[in-house]
Amino acid sequence: MKIAVLVKQVPSSESMLPLSSDQTWIDEGQVSFVMNPPDSFAIEEALLLREKIGEGEVVIVSMGPERVKKTIKEGLAKGADRGIHLEEEGKIETDPLSNSKSFSSVLKEENFDLILTGLQSDDTGMGQTGVLLGELLGMSTATLAMETEVQGDSIRVKRELESGWFQWVKLPLPASISIQSGLNTPRYPSLKGIMGAKRKEIKCVSSAEHRSGAQTQFMEKVFVPQTSKQTEVIEGDADTAVARIIEILKSDIKVL
Amino acid sequence: MDILVVLEDNRGTLHRMSKEAIAGAQQIGGSVSALAIGANADALATELFTLDLTEVITVNHELVSSYNADGYAEVVRQVIDSESPKTVIAGHSYQTRDFMPRVSAKLDIPFIPDIISIEGGYTKQVLNAKLNATVNTNVDQIILSFQSAAFSDESVVSGSCSARSFEVNLDPSLVRAESEEPFQESTGDVDLESAELIVSVGRGMEKEENVSLAFDLAKVLGAEVSASRPVVDSGWVEPFRQVGSSGHNVAPKLYFSLGISGAIQHVVGMKGSKNILAINKDPEAPIFEIADYAVVGDVLEIVPKLIEALQS
Repeated sequence: MKIAVLVKQVPSSESMLPLSSDQTWIDEGQVSFVMNPPDSFAIEEALLLREKIGEGEVVIVSMGPERVKKTIKEGLAKGADRGIHLEEEGKIETDPLSNSKSFSSVLKEENFDLILTGLQSDDTGMGQTGVLLGELLGMSTATLAMETEVQGDSIRVKRELESGWFQWVKLPLPASISIQSGLNTPRYPSLKGIMGAKRKEIKCVSSAEHRSGAQTQFMEKVFVPQTSKQTEVIEGDADTAVARIIEILKSDIKVL
Repeated sequence: MDILVVLEDNRGTLHRMSKEAIAGAQQIGGSVSALAIGANADALATELFTLDLTEVITVNHELVSSYNADGYAEVVRQVIDSESPKTVIAGHSYQTRDFMPRVSAKLDIPFIPDIISIEGGYTKQVLNAKLNATVNTNVDQIILSFQSAAFSDESVVSGSCSARSFEVNLDPSLVRAESEEPFQESTGDVDLESAELIVSVGRGMEKEENVSLAFDLAKVLGAEVSASRPVVDSGWVEPFRQVGSSGHNVAPKLYFSLGISGAIQHVVGMKGSKNILAINKDPEAPIFEIADYAVVGDVLEIVPKLIEALQS
């Protein structure tokens, strides 16, 4: 079983997010980056599948500037076998379709049985790369997997639907599947894993090699949301708060 | 055809987000048609006959009688190919996320997802909703999906339209996935989506024992109890009470939020509430940005006193 996990590096949820001077993204020089949290569930699921099957290879695939090597190494330290880095220079590409074409061109010859992705990225939140890539590579696809079971040359996936509904879907391999956050407990890299990661291969593919065609979707402007809502702030001790809440329930919302 | 709205069958009736998508499409302007797929296509079309649409295209083929990504993606591709809409629109539901990117890849059309506003460009939230971004394209044909409550289904323009059956050409080998029947893990007789009053709990309740405070408060108010995802994942509250992108979409008269920080995945499921009253210790909690009333304080101290005051 040969499994690719698509991993993105994104600004940390605690990071400052200053706008870039042209206001089309953030000024990355002042941002701290981490592995996209939903992707850690996809890595864990890949490692669990490899352990359950007893053989196989887990490959961490990431796109971005030099900094994303750190995220690839984190995946290798957790136990993945090797990495593929699709290099990008300058501004990050925010077009999922053209990014997927890049992934497709690099991953085609690898003939992966399975591609796993996180639910979506915490930065642009497009949530489509895994499905786009699946279609481009002629794979079957499923999203929001809550459970996975490999059965011979197919994989059975419990998909999360809305409003507390679920559905089992059986996909023939090869397949591209997005993993719902929370379905497993991502492991931390061990010290041995961190040391071992240094000897693992990371294949680099330059932007010129993997990019084909132009970007068709782009960020025009990034800005701080303006809330139009008038919010009444209630501070003070608990008794003051209780008195005001009761007044609101009675007179403003009229539910008492 | 200017706009094609792809509808979603929510177990026999039109998904609420499909109606919102029609409202959004009408606001963009031009001729708007809708596409209903599956065994319930005619029933869904009937729900739209009093709306201002050009027509409702129906597709009912045995390979797409119920939802599957392989079949739906191909049906939508064939309809787009034949009808050439400039813009394809759907609600940003889990189902849309499951198959629409495949349409995008099949036709090489960009898909801008999760749009919250169309004023001044297609706007979506980025970086955990800390910033907004206007996303644009340099091509003529695009796919869009609208976030829940981006448009109100009440703003749909009335009129009349009729249905037209569309013949698709599907080969059985196309549908590779075998889908089993959808199921619920646990069901309660709780109807959050039509509840007038909701008391909702988040991680700020700190411990499972404290969740009973929410039930006590709900009892005094005559409200239902819901929860954010982390609380459900911790097993403090049953999954069928979950509100948010993976749970229910609610719009009560009062959403009384207790110790919920307001992550975007939660907010999309409740921001349509008429009144939002939130208690949270953290004055910077994102829930306060959408709250009408922001009570900065300790929920574990305030709620017992509130219950006591309401009872007397």
